[in-house]
Amino acid sequence: MTTNPSPDTDLAFGGDRASVLLATARAMVEDLHLGAVHRWKAANPGGLAIGYMPVYAPRPLLEAIGCLPVAILGGGDQIDIIRGDSYYQSYICHIPRSTIEMGLGGHLNCLDGMVFPSLCDVIRNLGGMWKMLFPERWSAYLDLPQNFALHLGGKFYASELARIAKELEGRGAKPLTAENLRIALKNENRRRKAIAVLDELRRREPWRLPASDAYLLVRAGSMLPALEHAEMLEEFALAVKGRQTRPFDNVRVVLVGSFCEQPPFDLIRTLEKAGCDIIEDDLMLGLRYIEHALDEESGDPLETLAHGFIKFGAATASRYIGEADKGAALISRVKATEADGVVFAAASFCDPALLDQPMLEAALDKAGIPFTSFKFAENTGQFQVIREQAGAFSDSVKLWGAVQ
Amino acid sequence: MSTALPVRNRPGVATKASSQKDASQDRQKQMLAEHFDKLERAPQTGQKVVYTFVPGNLTELLGALDLLPVLPEINALQSGMRQKSAGYIAEAEKAGHSEDVCTYVKCDIGMLRSGNIGPTGTKIPPPDLLLLSYTGCFTFLKWFELLREEYQCPVVMLHVPYQPDGHVTPEMRQYVVNQLKDEVIPALEKLAGKKLDMAELQRRLRLSAQAEDDLVAVWESAKHKPSPIDGYFGGVYYIGPIFTAFRGSEEACAYYSELRGEVEARMARGEGPSTPDGLMGEQRYRLVVEGPPNWTSFPDFWRMFAKEGAVVVNSTYTRVGGLYDQGFRHSPEEPLESLADYCLGCYTNLGIPSRIDLIEKYIKDYQADGFLINSVKSCNSFSAGQLLMLREIEQRTGVPGGFIESDLVDPRYFSKANIENRLQSYFQMIDARRLRA
Repeated sequence: MTTNPSPDTDLAFGGDRASVLLATARAMVEDLHLGAVHRWKAANPGGLAIGYMPVYAPRPLLEAIGCLPVAILGGGDQIDIIRGDSYYQSYICHIPRSTIEMGLGGHLNCLDGMVFPSLCDVIRNLGGMWKMLFPERWSAYLDLPQNFALHLGGKFYASELARIAKELEGRGAKPLTAENLRIALKNENRRRKAIAVLDELRRREPWRLPASDAYLLVRAGSMLPALEHAEMLEEFALAVKGRQTRPFDNVRVVLVGSFCEQPPFDLIRTLEKAGCDIIEDDLMLGLRYIEHALDEESGDPLETLAHGFIKFGAATASRYIGEADKGAALISRVKATEADGVVFAAASFCDPALLDQPMLEAALDKAGIPFTSFKFAENTGQFQVIREQAGAFSDSVKLWGAVQ
Repeated sequence: MSTALPVRNRPGVATKASSQKDASQDRQKQMLAEHFDKLERAPQTGQKVVYTFVPGNLTELLGALDLLPVLPEINALQSGMRQKSAGYIAEAEKAGHSEDVCTYVKCDIGMLRSGNIGPTGTKIPPPDLLLLSYTGCFTFLKWFELLREEYQCPVVMLHVPYQPDGHVTPEMRQYVVNQLKDEVIPALEKLAGKKLDMAELQRRLRLSAQAEDDLVAVWESAKHKPSPIDGYFGGVYYIGPIFTAFRGSEEACAYYSELRGEVEARMARGEGPSTPDGLMGEQRYRLVVEGPPNWTSFPDFWRMFAKEGAVVVNSTYTRVGGLYDQGFRHSPEEPLESLADYCLGCYTNLGIPSRIDLIEKYIKDYQADGFLINSVKSCNSFSAGQLLMLREIEQRTGVPGGFIESDLVDPRYFSKANIENRLQSYFQMIDARRLRA
């Protein structure tokens, strides 16, 4: 099992189970050949592994038909981009380049299909490019609704989900049954709860569970079945309580804008070293996207899954705001987590994040919440400027105050 | 005996007599002036103003309810042509908008913050409603979120599903129709203060189809050699009325009927299209172009083609407001379904494989010598994937592909010398292929 390393590994960490789990998570995240997926396929002969691009994909649907959903989050700073760059102009973000690089380099050969959820025009068009580049592999565009009336967007989305399940059934997945979907919803609820426990711990004691650790633990689970991931997180939450550590005099920040292309891991560490406790973020938003448990006993679990997206979907840049107040959700998160300020970290050329940012900044300004912003690419290698900027922000918040 | 070509036949050299404007050009100018005049007077006349987008616009519906449309992309491109966009973009960037994002959006926001003076020099009133027809471009969604913050006005959204596989499913169509029935039409009726008269909508749809017939005849005239039109630089003028405020009106029908007559007369005379310097001479290269043009240096950009004798026989940009040449017509028989099909079928709402198929078809049907992409920094909907399209189309057709980069309305991204060099190299490549053949 991927989350249960050998006793030797345990010994290497002096019996510290939390550190072992963290090391396992990190190894999984850095493994661009998706060893965890290979292991799952070996243990589940005939099972399909289905990759998906950010932000959100209906994982319970895929699990219910016997598939392993695998979040594809680009190659980060782990891969040299050669072929990927030849498909994109300089003004397009980095994640599609590294995804194509991984595809053409064989890193994703263990995947039996790909889902491209509606997020932005770049990811949408990548879906079409994927069809051209890998015509023999199954892939689908998933049109997430932007109309949030249950009888309109909800109904359309349910039909989208049914279509995806049917297409995959044609590729060897199990037929979708209400019973299996209910089980998948239950497992996803458990995972959601385990992530929430971890998030709460991070908010309460960020020195015990820094964001960088939480990030690895959550991201590793994006290539695991929900139940297995939940068990891993539950075990970690127990183990980490014994960690010997002490509080630091850091500011508490919410990190916004990294919901798709992920910053390099060292960038997250850089922010922490610069005096910022990231007590909330939208990294790995996909696994936190549905902000409420879904009814595990539902008579129509497909409708429950579809309506869950409509009713409980997280406020984020790729989701239409409708008549709601822009920035209200962010301010509410800042207040609920007792954050001192906000750090905007958007990938360069990320349309959703960068078009959203001025509206969020205006709302924060109005609410008297300090913020700072910078851009990154997943393969950014120099962090000194960001460290200085974050350090200056942290100092200024400490000196001149935070939320008014 | 001189070996020089007669003036009429030399590439890029116009005849003196041809610099006169066509009657349809004057008609269009007059139509636009009247529309912007109505907009300026709207606060006094009480006519309500709806901002919306070109792809997936619902002009017949707005017209049937006496609502006046404003198209922010058109204002932005006009600002680019009038050399105003650099200042407007700077204004928006000063206010915190990223240099990485769409310059149409920043130009529009800068224009709003600078007094909202439109292309004819008159003031554009603020919207009474934002009609967010979300078709083929993610940025539209953010754009109207931004405008809602600026104007603090109501907004109604129409989510148009994307066509990844080149066909419209019954679920997609029904989703759009249901949104029209349950949300869009009620919001428009509330604004207009009256119920939608379905007969009036049908009448307008009938007029739309009539104008669409004429427009298609204009597009297809480019199959003739020499082409009597330029389907890109000239094409952007031809799409003006039908993409903006006039589809479904008698004025649009009159315009397209007149335009068609002019084009057919040119074809009968064996003449080429108008260029910034008069009628085009010898046509040495027939091109299909993908991507929007640059607006800040539009005449210079056009001249780079015209002076080399390159005529654009078809372009994808002129299909963002509807693929009429592929058979679609607005239909009074099924009014809402017809509007839904229209929204679903706009060019930028099509998946990359469908776009490649369409361009391949254009190259073959219009006997093009080359295929050129103008990749604009601002528009990921168009641009992401174009390098793959280029390779695939070259492979399928054997026609040489060219690639240039610029932007919609940000002059910082238009490098005249660079683009001109690339184009000249590209034309030489076509020549070399011909010699080899």
